[in-house]
Amino acid sequence: MSELIRKSASELSELLASGEVSAVEVTREHLDRIAAVDGDVNAFLHVSSDALDVASSIDERRSKGEALGPLAGIPLAVKDVLVTTDMPSTSGSRILEGYMSPFDATVVAKSRAAGLVPIGKTNMDEFAMGSSTEHSAYGPTHNPWDLDRIPGGSGGGSAAAVAAFEAPLALGSDTGGSIRQPAHVTGTVGVKPTYGGVSRYGAIALASSLDQVGPVTRTVLDAGLLHDVIGGHDPLDSTSLRDEWPSMAAAARDGASAGSFAGLRVGVVSQFTGEGFQAGVRRRYEEALSLLESNGAELVEVSAPHFEYAIAAYYLILPAEASSNLAKFDSVRFGMRVTPPGGGTVEQVMSATREAGFGPEVKRRIILGTYALSAGYYDAYYGSAQKVRTLIQRDFENAFESVDLLVSPSAPTTAFKLGEKLDDPLAMYLNDITTIPANLAGVPAMSVPIGLAPEDGLPVGIQFMAPVREDARLYRAGATLEALLLERWGHGLLAEAPELGGK
Amino acid sequence: MSEISEQQVAHLANLARIALTPEEISSLTSELDTIVDSIAKVQEVATPDVPATSHPVPLQNVFRDDVVGQTLTTEQALANAPESADGRFKVSAILGEEQ
Repeated sequence: MSELIRKSASELSELLASGEVSAVEVTREHLDRIAAVDGDVNAFLHVSSDALDVASSIDERRSKGEALGPLAGIPLAVKDVLVTTDMPSTSGSRILEGYMSPFDATVVAKSRAAGLVPIGKTNMDEFAMGSSTEHSAYGPTHNPWDLDRIPGGSGGGSAAAVAAFEAPLALGSDTGGSIRQPAHVTGTVGVKPTYGGVSRYGAIALASSLDQVGPVTRTVLDAGLLHDVIGGHDPLDSTSLRDEWPSMAAAARDGASAGSFAGLRVGVVSQFTGEGFQAGVRRRYEEALSLLESNGAELVEVSAPHFEYAIAAYYLILPAEASSNLAKFDSVRFGMRVTPPGGGTVEQVMSATREAGFGPEVKRRIILGTYALSAGYYDAYYGSAQKVRTLIQRDFENAFESVDLLVSPSAPTTAFKLGEKLDDPLAMYLNDITTIPANLAGVPAMSVPIGLAPEDGLPVGIQFMAPVREDARLYRAGATLEALLLERWGHGLLAEAPELGGK
Repeated sequence: MSEISEQQVAHLANLARIALTPEEISSLTSELDTIVDSIAKVQEVATPDVPATSHPVPLQNVFRDDVVGQTLTTEQALANAPESADGRFKVSAILGEEQ
């Protein structure tokens, strides 16, 4: 395997700036890697045909002495939920097969402006509904650690692309854990920013009050560098916050050089420590807590009594919002059109199109959402779920009165086998138990790899959660932990992943 | 147990404009029954004194200046349409014969 593709984005940034390598070389190495391993991994739904031209234009600008941002010339994998003008955007759905957006998502436009080289679109559960990418209309992505296992979801393609060294950086979206749970099961880093911290314009909406776009990377610093590019106010997203944000990359650098958590009060969520967590996940998590404590963090047990209601509230709020957001796939303005035999009215065409174009999980959630919003059930279900949302926010507020950060395992188990939970929607939903509370409350959260579960040799992550607007705290603590583990292991976790493409 | 019937699922499918097959209606009915039983637990803690939250970070209405912005051309807007004619989206009949 080429040494270049093993480098982090921050390392590549230095090599590019010094002229030691060109953007074309870096891009070509990654395209070669995709060609070599993606037949097995299936992280990409589309690979860019003009990435080398884009890279070449970056090299040209650099050679003319133009001052470029730190990520200029570095390949970027883009989750297919984000619309792009130069590649199809399907959100993993048959109904949008071949759809070419007339505009770029803001995060994509910002990435292009920063000189990043979009290299392809990554696989995902259809419309981001799922925890395994098995609900993609284009076949599942395979976990690079074990090709028979799930890469997480919905953003399994972005996480697998980064874990398989097909791209150093990727964009994801996180509605209930779709960045963090894939990070956990692939040994990568994933961040869900504060709600409103990153523009959602051009992110094909799943549940608008929960969706947030964020970075998917192999190191905390790389996530910070990408976050700095995509973050900030966007007038095209009315939920975008107007805050001035500190540099997340600077916070990561501070954290890495600090070498200690002195003065940091860390709340250990007591609801996420016991039953229901795989033994190896618990073991690595407890070791990580010891590492935090022995390096100066003050650990405080924190109870968040309403977190146990989070999944129930989420699976009412999300389907309700999704059933409304997905109404736009009506066979009129874009996407598939299926006409019933013998023709039909516009409503019959619409119904036939949606029957043919949506997969089973999407239908399930649209029907569930329609039910939750029906007259007579609205107060009992959707209304109650919104109240639970308040209670979960209060749990966070209470906790953050006495601690700076909260921690939990990023997911209850390591990567499970493909097919294992496909026929049991409720079992699949339980994967998101640890990640959903952050979405309901809008708080930022990050997953950082902390080792391999002894029983199956698969990655485990720890989740940090911070108060709204305090994303920088995640980067500081995450980078400190990452640096301490790197020192202990002598290498990054992905160095232990099996070789791919050895056919 | 919740009270979801096949008739109800068929009604919801009609509201959501999805022409589900009888087999799908049948399997969705039992799946939804299980799911709704599980998520109904929100009612345990959603007491009348708790206010509802619809949005995670408090925001006020956002307005922009009333000026022409960047918009799509007609060609761009129609480029992805399954069918168009005379600069408009084209659909089949709105009303059926029985209407």
